[in-house]
Amino acid sequence: MLYEQELKTFVEGTTNFFEVAAQQPATIGSPYLMEGSPAVHEYTGVINISGKREGVVYFTAPKAMLTVLLMKMQENDFSHETMRDLVGEVANTISGNARRDFGRDFVISVPSVLSGENKPDIPHKPGRRSFIIPINWRSHSAKLIVSLS
Amino acid sequence: MIRNGSALNGKRSLKLMIVDDSNIMRRRIERSQQFEELQVVGTAANGIEALELFKKTDPDVVTMDLTMPRMDGIECIGRLVALKPAVRILVISALADKATAVEAMEKGANGFLNKPFSDRQLNEAIAELMR
Repeated sequence: MLYEQELKTFVEGTTNFFEVAAQQPATIGSPYLMEGSPAVHEYTGVINISGKREGVVYFTAPKAMLTVLLMKMQENDFSHETMRDLVGEVANTISGNARRDFGRDFVISVPSVLSGENKPDIPHKPGRRSFIIPINWRSHSAKLIVSLS
Repeated sequence: MIRNGSALNGKRSLKLMIVDDSNIMRRRIERSQQFEELQVVGTAANGIEALELFKKTDPDVVTMDLTMPRMDGIECIGRLVALKPAVRILVISALADKATAVEAMEKGANGFLNKPFSDRQLNEAIAELMR
């Protein structure tokens, strides 16, 4: 079960990422309960969670947003591989930062990435709730999906 | 460029190895570090690659990610320190819990910088490492 205070950890992690890495704050919308399969953007970074909690964290974003984010990071490679690298790194950073509150038994995997038509498979398990945290940055929208039991 | 008069062992040039499974992060660290005495001798995407590169290039300073495939950063730190106790290692990781930082230090790391980081934070952490 995911509690309000725990969601706040991910909201703060997302806020911090854009403030520091992109040097421009994002507007984080109110998290809402996910129903059904979520609509995802072109690139999705996936972190599996194990240890004292089980679940998954997704960061999904459109190519246009990732391109501007790379520019803000002084990166000049905008290839498909770099887009995949970036969504994985964002998901990894936000999930890793969550250990400040969850502790070291909140074990995060190395990132995997979905792109194109591949949709994330978020299994519905008893006791697990999935939340979507909307992210608006410049003129772009992305999502952090947090599903933990 | 930053000059650091108290560089390790009084050497003029220090060899830097960058270890991170993200290409973007490896390029970012290489681009953003501003120490003219640091010469990047190579980059590695995991602990196994880092060990091989370390033996070939004998770096003085290492930046080390922790969450990586094949061999993670904590294990790699222990192996690098066993090969060269004087190596200076700055962990650059998203893992933000204190226990992980303590474990990395106990394995032989000399500094810890959380991702995400600004250029200023990176250069302050490297300066502290080289002091």
